[in-house]
Amino acid sequence: SPPSAPVPRHRIPQIPLNPARASRASPAMAAAILRRLSPAAAQRAPPRLLPPTLARGVSDSTEPLTVETSVPFTSHIVDPPSRDVSTTPRELAAAFRDMALMRRAEIAADSLYKAKLIRGFCHLYDGQEAVAVGMEAAITRRDAIITAYRDHCLYLARGGDLVAAFAELMGRVDGCSRGKGGSMHFYKKDANFYGGHGIVGAQVPLGCGLAFAQRYRKEGTVTFDLYGDGAANQGQLFEALNMAALWKLPVILVCENNHYGMGTAEWKASKSPAYYKRGDYVPGLKVDGMDFLAVKQACKFAKEHVLENGPIILEMDTYRYHGHSMSDPGSTYRTRDEIAGIRQERDPIERVRKLLLTHDLATAQELKDMEKEIRKEVDTAIAKAKESPMPDTSELFKNVYVNDCGLESFGVDRKVVRTVLP
Amino acid sequence: MTVREALNSALDEEMSADPSVFLMGEEVGEYQGAYKITKGLLDKYGPDRVLDTPITEAGFTGIGVGAAYQGLRPVVEFMTFNFSMQAIDHIINSAAKSNYMSAGQISVPIVFRGPNGAAAGVGAQHSQCYAAWYAHVPGLKVLTPYSAEDARGLLKAAIRDPDPVVFLENELLYGESFPIKAEVLDSSFSVPIGKAKIEREGKDVTITAFSKMVGYALQAAEILSKEGISAEVINLRSIRPLDRAAINASVRKTNRLVTVEEGFPQHGVGAEICMSVVEDSFEYLDAPVERIAGADVPMPYAANLERLAVPQVEDIVRAAKRACYRSS
Repeated sequence: SPPSAPVPRHRIPQIPLNPARASRASPAMAAAILRRLSPAAAQRAPPRLLPPTLARGVSDSTEPLTVETSVPFTSHIVDPPSRDVSTTPRELAAAFRDMALMRRAEIAADSLYKAKLIRGFCHLYDGQEAVAVGMEAAITRRDAIITAYRDHCLYLARGGDLVAAFAELMGRVDGCSRGKGGSMHFYKKDANFYGGHGIVGAQVPLGCGLAFAQRYRKEGTVTFDLYGDGAANQGQLFEALNMAALWKLPVILVCENNHYGMGTAEWKASKSPAYYKRGDYVPGLKVDGMDFLAVKQACKFAKEHVLENGPIILEMDTYRYHGHSMSDPGSTYRTRDEIAGIRQERDPIERVRKLLLTHDLATAQELKDMEKEIRKEVDTAIAKAKESPMPDTSELFKNVYVNDCGLESFGVDRKVVRTVLP
Repeated sequence: MTVREALNSALDEEMSADPSVFLMGEEVGEYQGAYKITKGLLDKYGPDRVLDTPITEAGFTGIGVGAAYQGLRPVVEFMTFNFSMQAIDHIINSAAKSNYMSAGQISVPIVFRGPNGAAAGVGAQHSQCYAAWYAHVPGLKVLTPYSAEDARGLLKAAIRDPDPVVFLENELLYGESFPIKAEVLDSSFSVPIGKAKIEREGKDVTITAFSKMVGYALQAAEILSKEGISAEVINLRSIRPLDRAAINASVRKTNRLVTVEEGFPQHGVGAEICMSVVEDSFEYLDAPVERIAGADVPMPYAANLERLAVPQVEDIVRAAKRACYRSS
């Protein structure tokens, strides 16, 4: 079973406490306090007030802060990056907020599924939030991401709309795929998020293709190609990785190793569960996937690496609290103790909460208030999504082709439903 | 112009006109193409645009589809379509369905091309026709050129089309030469997708065919004309979308139909054509629809058995006569 992490050791930052936070003062008073504490600090602009959804008082500072990851990186044929990760209070607060939002959204989806408002397949990401948020912190929206079917939070991390996500899950026309995709088929092309794929392992060659286009066009961007420990044995992965290495494609294969491929533990499915080494001639890094900062550091390192050297594999040691999907209780092949233990020792949101509290960047109450606001935000989004209607019948025949003017199509009884595609 | 020259010139011109077009497949570059269809293109466009792949269809087809997601225009060659089965998940689930599942966000302007159907003596695993398989799937377009004009015009149309196109060539047609009109040589020439061509007009019986069988149907029509039967030969050109309007218009004129295809008979192209005619033009039929297809067996190797497994001209003649209620 996955090891529990040691308690994080942090360096005390050599910066003054955020005066606005310390005194709960107005920006003018904050500036006065700043001038008193440190003349040099007075030259810097006072911290911006946070948007209303964030609890007032939580640090918005962009002062650099260095944190050591709880476990070092393990590497395969490459020198690993440093354990010391540069971050800022603003970034940590944003990570907390984003992960808490994702957590809340997935739990809400669980309820909607049990209420039969979501049908079919629903694969939840709670527990794995640090991978999505850490990756996003290291890259730009011009970099591409592709994943399989556990895609709700990747969509949100790429700037996806919360209402559109819930509407899609419920099969409504305001969903991000107009209700025609469902849980496994979220896309956001304008943010270079390419879905959303139901066939295990298929997304791996597709992601190498995205990277191929980036290199073809000399864009200087990279693709993060996500897959699970279950998909890691797929032949097409090795076919694509071979070509990616031959052609030096800027692709990062990210194995989200949550240790169970549906109901099968990794050691029962893989002769070698050291997924970061499976690339053989392709370098790899094993990362604590429950540590936002470790994920960020690894992704930043990987992006720089692949632009020079071709593909790399990142194995994210992570965990999903839910079963494989809503049809799987997740407790027939794992013990409740194991699940509870991970939640206790390694939860990604709790770790960032501890960082924020330890560095005095927020109080426990402020973070609780933030979570309350997030809960409200999610509830509001769901209510709005529920108002969205189901797609019009004419949607049945839309988007079969891009260039479909004049082509015929048929309903179940073509004497009743026969149409020319729009 | 031979079909080979037609395909090569079409690829050359489309690559020249649009820098996002690139080729991918086994032996397409340095070897000049397993069947020399891509000859000269590596020298002209370089290894960034003409990619020799390892023998890994699932991998390179997925890479091609991913590149198409990003808006490039890959032309992926299968050395024969028998090997496309290794990649069929990407053709269908990753390419054909994406525009629909994403409600129009992710389009896939890709062409999958290569020889389809039987060659000569290559045995069971190298002789299957995939027209019915791919034409089954909404979201794909399936083209079957016969002549040099078809090859040039349809391949250009396929590369320019924003949807995934399965382009089924035929190895035995590559070396065949066809007369062509001057306009076919123009670099902007293309043939519309979804429109069949009446290769030979007639009034007694309609014969539909595609790819190599068009040539056989034309030969059959010549034999039939000497026996007083005027056969109209339709070159389908496009299996999906199927030109039902042209087929039905022809059957309404002749009142009799023979469908010809090389592939396995069950659930084949002819079955779909027959049903379309029954649905739309039943009252016009004067005889049951006749179907000529490959034998319902894996392709044997021995020359005499192979001959029995693939339609011959006399089979088409016999079926046309039956449709006309004439004894052979």
